[in-house]
Amino acid sequence: MAEAAYVIECRGLRKVYPGNPPVEAVCGIDFLVRRGTCVGLLGPNGAGKTTTLEILEGLLKPTDGEVRVLGGTWDSDELRLRRRIGVSLQETRLADRLTPRETLHLFRSFYGCGPSVEELLLLVGLEDKADAYIRNLSGGQKQRLAIACALVGEPELIFLDEPTTGLDPQSRRQVWSIIRNLREQGRTVVLSTHYMEEAEQLCDYVAIIDRGVVIAEGPPVSLVAELGGDHVIEIAIEQGNPDPAQIESLPGVRDVGQFRGLLQLTVTDPQLALEALLHYMRQNGVVAATLRARHASLEDVFLRLTGRTLEEETPNL
Amino acid sequence: MDAFGLDLIRRIREHPLYQLTVTRLREFYREPEAVFWVYVFPLLMTVGLGIAFRTEPVTTLVVDVVRGGNIQGVTERLRTAHEQSDQPYLRAFRFRIVENDLNIALTRLRVGKTDLVIERQAAPELDQNRTIFHFDPTRKDSLLARVVAQVALYGDHTHWIGNTSDVTQSGKGGRYIDFLIPGLVGMNLLAGGLWGIGYVAVELRVRKLLKRLLATPMRKWQFLLALLLSRFIFTVTEVVLLLLFAWLFFDVSIFGSYLAVAVLLVLGGWSFSGLGLLVASRARTLEAISGLINLVTLPMWLLSGVFFSYERFPEVLHPLIRLLPLTSFNDALRGVMLEGQCLLNLSWEIGNLILWGLVSFVLALRWFRWQ
Ligand SMILES: Nc1ncnc2c1ncn2[C@@H]1O[C@H](COP(=O)(O)OP(=O)(O)OP(=O)(O)O)[C@@H](O)[C@H]1O
Ligand SMILES: [Mg+2]
Repeated sequence: MAEAAYVIECRGLRKVYPGNPPVEAVCGIDFLVRRGTCVGLLGPNGAGKTTTLEILEGLLKPTDGEVRVLGGTWDSDELRLRRRIGVSLQETRLADRLTPRETLHLFRSFYGCGPSVEELLLLVGLEDKADAYIRNLSGGQKQRLAIACALVGEPELIFLDEPTTGLDPQSRRQVWSIIRNLREQGRTVVLSTHYMEEAEQLCDYVAIIDRGVVIAEGPPVSLVAELGGDHVIEIAIEQGNPDPAQIESLPGVRDVGQFRGLLQLTVTDPQLALEALLHYMRQNGVVAATLRARHASLEDVFLRLTGRTLEEETPNL
Repeated sequence: MDAFGLDLIRRIREHPLYQLTVTRLREFYREPEAVFWVYVFPLLMTVGLGIAFRTEPVTTLVVDVVRGGNIQGVTERLRTAHEQSDQPYLRAFRFRIVENDLNIALTRLRVGKTDLVIERQAAPELDQNRTIFHFDPTRKDSLLARVVAQVALYGDHTHWIGNTSDVTQSGKGGRYIDFLIPGLVGMNLLAGGLWGIGYVAVELRVRKLLKRLLATPMRKWQFLLALLLSRFIFTVTEVVLLLLFAWLFFDVSIFGSYLAVAVLLVLGGWSFSGLGLLVASRARTLEAISGLINLVTLPMWLLSGVFFSYERFPEVLHPLIRLLPLTSFNDALRGVMLEGQCLLNLSWEIGNLILWGLVSFVLALRWFRWQ
């Protein structure tokens, strides 16, 4: 079979969880993943990331839509696909009283090929903890073991559901470097996250998901560029009533958004814009509680598109 | 209500002691299983044990009369003994009479299924038949049966005594410990199947480990078979230890063939594993599976003759009790261990076990929820 350029193709993906009332977790997602790239699903809690991933992993049946993974479908090629993909679920509690070495031996027995247990331990930096009980590992070590389990069969396609959620910054960086290595080896990685920084650091391509639909997609740089400026100025108003329309007409300012007492300016030239802004504020009696200028990020993209931040729970539909 | 009263109520409601107590009560009542175990279960247990150990107005004594010889007169006198007005205390007894061959009757005496064996032997020197009582002097019921039977047959006429003779046997196989050990083996096997397979499977499901394994090329049948195999290894060790212990310290021995015991253990272990898998097939939480397992095991521990014979329950219930898989297992194991029966004589019990195992496995595999 000729290797297609896309390792994942899905169209019109929909998933409704039965219940009262039924929950439409994914409502029509189209999604392509190119071989050898790292793709991120970015979205807040309850956006439908896990649901989408589990459908792609063949663990959930979609209500509707078409999924092709590595040129095959889950209905007809399950075993062949299982041998070629690696999966780390959002929440798996591996057996507490097994050691990482024993766990990896177990997983390895299912594949009958791939790197040795020693190589895997080395790859995720767990050689020191190889013979400790899993329940005595730290959160970051457990997560790295989960990733090692996903790499057992030397998969060409790897799914990682929130690989760094709940980890401290140092552990997170360790996981990032493992994932970067995978991509450098030419493997395809699909991960989900609600950290925009993670998506920017790791992913070649990002799909921002909200309430079960993709609201923006593209390389992180171009998504940020679509904001129209690469800097953001945020002001929390303490006093006064600034007029967004007037601020938007200030030099260097591209766009103004207003979210719960927070004024957010997308600017092309931060120095010019700041000078003009401070002048405007002094003249109109506007006092800022905080004023912050920074690089624009995917967070701002999300905020601009939904009016909410990534940390917020998805409100009920 | 005046302002002071309202204020008092408010202050009580805001008191930590009140809030802590109410919180515990809420947690308790919102968990239906807890309510069941605390309120309903003790009542059911009381009813069950109450029926099993009810006091009856008359004491029933089981007597085996050995076939052959002139036994008509004996059975007739025993059957009507309670109507004899010259011996008023006989009214408190009923004889349940079974006619059997001598060796069967003696086995029944040894394992405690009958209280007394009466044999009639021709005695030319006495010009008539002699009555031989076989009984077990270490068992109260047996002693009682011996004495009461003598009175029922001969009244107070002591001159008849020369016509009777006693043969005593105190049976290994008839003690309570002999009865108990096979029951404990059955109970362990059942618990092993349900907790060792059912609970473990649900735990793996709850931890999402089942789902994680499903995401690998692992074959489902290998997973399930491994679950059964590992359980089987534990169970064999456990049961062999128990039997060894009972033999060393309580002199409980196996009268039948070891092979038959082994076959029964494998069959029982397999059948109960099926039951465990069936119970686990849908459950999503550990609370649910614990509740289900208790629901299956506790009635069987009560009814199936683990600690006391199910003969204690009213006879109308016996056919139902015999349908339970643990009853079949216990009866079969006791048959082999205590009475030395061969498996062919236990075809009903074995058939019932196989049927339970098959039906459970088929349903479990059809319903099993992998995630
Ligand atoms: N088994 C289920 N039954 C019913 N509803 C479900 C089920 N699983 C998920 N949902 C609902 O579907 C929606 C999407 O859930 P999903 O787990 O895909 O979100 P997510 O993006 O992975 O969120 P998170 O970042 O919290 O992991 C949520 O509203 C969730 O409540
Ligand atoms: Mg998720």
